[in-house]
Amino acid sequence: MTTIQKKATIGQANPIAHLSPEDIELIGKELDAIRASVIDTRGERDARYIRRVIKTQRSLELGSRVVLLASLFPPAWLVGTAGLAVSKILENMEIGHNVLHGQWDWMRDPKIHSTTWDWDHITPPDQWQHSHNELHHTYTNVVGKDNDLGYGIMRVDEDQPWHPMHLGQPLWNFLNALFFEYGIAAYDLELRGELRKGKRHTEKFKNDAKAVLRKLRKQVAKDYVVHPLLSGPSFLPTMLANFTANTIRNLWSHSVIMCGHFPEGVETFETRSIEGETKPQWYLRQMLGSANISGSKLMHIMTGNLSHQIEHHLFPDLPSNRYGEIAPKVKALFERYDLAYCARPLPLQVYSAWHKVIRLSLPNGWLDTTNARNLPVQLKRLYEMTTGSPKVRRALQARLVQEQRRALAPAA
Amino acid sequence: MLDGMSTAVAPSTRWRARARMIAEAATTPLVPGDFLDLFAPLRSGAELRGRVVSVHPETADAATLVIRPGADWGGHVPGQYVRIGVDVDGVRCWRAYSLTHGPRTDGRISITVKAVPDGHVSPYLVRHTKPGTLLHLEQAAGEFVLPTPSSVESRETTKLLFITAGSGITPVIGMLRNLYPSTDSGVLRPARSAAYDIVVLHVAPSEPDSIFTADLRRLEASGAIRLVARYDDQHGVLDLADLDALVPDLGERTTFACGPGGLLDAIVAHHEERGLPLFTEQFKVSTVVAGEGGSVTFERAGRTVECDGGRPILEQAEEAGVLMPSGCRMGICYTCVLPLREGAVRDLRTGDLTTAIAGETPAGGVPIQTCINAAAGPCQIDH
Repeated sequence: MTTIQKKATIGQANPIAHLSPEDIELIGKELDAIRASVIDTRGERDARYIRRVIKTQRSLELGSRVVLLASLFPPAWLVGTAGLAVSKILENMEIGHNVLHGQWDWMRDPKIHSTTWDWDHITPPDQWQHSHNELHHTYTNVVGKDNDLGYGIMRVDEDQPWHPMHLGQPLWNFLNALFFEYGIAAYDLELRGELRKGKRHTEKFKNDAKAVLRKLRKQVAKDYVVHPLLSGPSFLPTMLANFTANTIRNLWSHSVIMCGHFPEGVETFETRSIEGETKPQWYLRQMLGSANISGSKLMHIMTGNLSHQIEHHLFPDLPSNRYGEIAPKVKALFERYDLAYCARPLPLQVYSAWHKVIRLSLPNGWLDTTNARNLPVQLKRLYEMTTGSPKVRRALQARLVQEQRRALAPAA
Repeated sequence: MLDGMSTAVAPSTRWRARARMIAEAATTPLVPGDFLDLFAPLRSGAELRGRVVSVHPETADAATLVIRPGADWGGHVPGQYVRIGVDVDGVRCWRAYSLTHGPRTDGRISITVKAVPDGHVSPYLVRHTKPGTLLHLEQAAGEFVLPTPSSVESRETTKLLFITAGSGITPVIGMLRNLYPSTDSGVLRPARSAAYDIVVLHVAPSEPDSIFTADLRRLEASGAIRLVARYDDQHGVLDLADLDALVPDLGERTTFACGPGGLLDAIVAHHEERGLPLFTEQFKVSTVVAGEGGSVTFERAGRTVECDGGRPILEQAEEAGVLMPSGCRMGICYTCVLPLREGAVRDLRTGDLTTAIAGETPAGGVPIQTCINAAAGPCQIDH
């Protein structure tokens, strides 16, 4: 049985065709050994790390909010806003995301535990844990099952038929980035599907929605009412500072998360391909479905170590400070089995992910076959595909693909 | 009238409540205390903690930790124990230790810990605790305390016999230090202590390994107590048949015994036979009967753990990452109690079976101590 029955699309080869079932078993064993090496040495050093990060974040948040009480004074506004943005990023990424994954449950500290933690975010922890820990981490990059892939609002694979609606997806993606916190809440709530269903909501949805609204009210009150009021004459600047810090955090986390599964070179999978999947095969899917961001130690901390997305997806519950330590071993494993370890600096990964969003917002092959010379013709074609009937769309799509194939052929 | 009263009394409390509401709204999803903890972890209103002030070696493998408890420490009665939460290799562990000082004027408390050879927490506390370390505490607890003469109606002397084995000496030392404070100028014998006539029968494998021998000898030298020390290497293992010879007025005394389960069982049998008053405190759980094992489901945590029948549910659930309430880990403090909704567990000390049947046992379940019970079949626990 082949593990990943990813249909070879144009210009792509099956990335695991060269692996025998025995190879895949061996990869699984090696990864289990890497995991065990961390579990066996988990201890005081790790506990000190997370406590230090939490202490730093809280001191930074407190300091920044105090400085912002005088935000009428521009330098205070700048310093306070920057500090608060960094603090919110740390809180969501290196602390919240990882604590809620259960990475620190082994410490048995009831204050730093996945079942008791709450974060500076609109989504209530349990709802996020369900959609993120259970669905996304289990069905990583399986089109139709892993909603993180495009958050159900984007076309993420050539195999999904193009529709004129997809032209808007770069805009949706940008808006989602700006208001990411709210987007995640709506998405964890499965709001879109629920709205589509009409008026008959389930009891579960009603309770979940209530929990989200409760959380939203508290979050909004903190950042946009209480803190500004405490700032007295600095009311408006503080409100703006909090909005800016939230937006910076949203843009940053959206970018980091998009880099995790969306850059070019990351594989997506069909539902059919995971039927009867074994643990080693699951490992392999995580390896091929994730991408890393290379960079400094500070960069890793600010991304919540999601810059080690591959390592995180292989072992979602290992302490985040250990991902960087095992990364060389994991990378060596990729190389030994001739697999592509997708790692690039942040700007390149962000560019690559956005390029994919834009490419897939257009009909298959359109971007590849368009150049400055044929732009008017191509635009006319796109217009026809957008306004025409499904039949017209299918015909034009077929021609685009044919041309793309021809364009790529000499190179192959 | 009522209105007049409420305006007279309420403002300060109302303002305080309002201030707290604002502070909570400004710090959500954390609480104001999370930020205050950065600066003042021992303040009033904080979770109870203590800071280690100093560590004094007692023997090669035992040490006394002097601790400054948080502002909310409610004091203790000599003989009581305190449960201490300490991070060993990054993992929070809770253990109970006897308080080895009577109430001190400087408000500090102390525990004396003997490093158990294959222990997990005690060697760490003895060898790796440095002054400045923050520990988690709970309020003092325990019924094993000195009977106060005031509670005795007659004005006769209270005659007591303490039988202590190994670390079982620690709660007794707490009581004795309270009765007879040790100062630079020697042991004091305040008037309040005159009503006591105390014999201490202390049993240990050998003299150098025994904690508090110097204290006991000092107390004896001052005439405060009569000490009967029995060291296995010098006197052979204690035979309770010799008790009458060692303590001739045994029949007039109330016995307080503290030590491992085997010795206590023997003392209980001995005293019951003779109809003598006895209070005991066990320091170690001895496994008698193993359970059959089974999968234990923690309903609210949404976790199922495969538990073997030889070890407590608490231990195995913790290893699987379930956050469990825990305390003394020897079946005395009842902090670890959780409702068993369905299934069977076996008490590792006695072999007693506790069962809960859905629909028959009360809806709330049967409370079980997870620290001394092992699974005896599949269990549903409300946690």
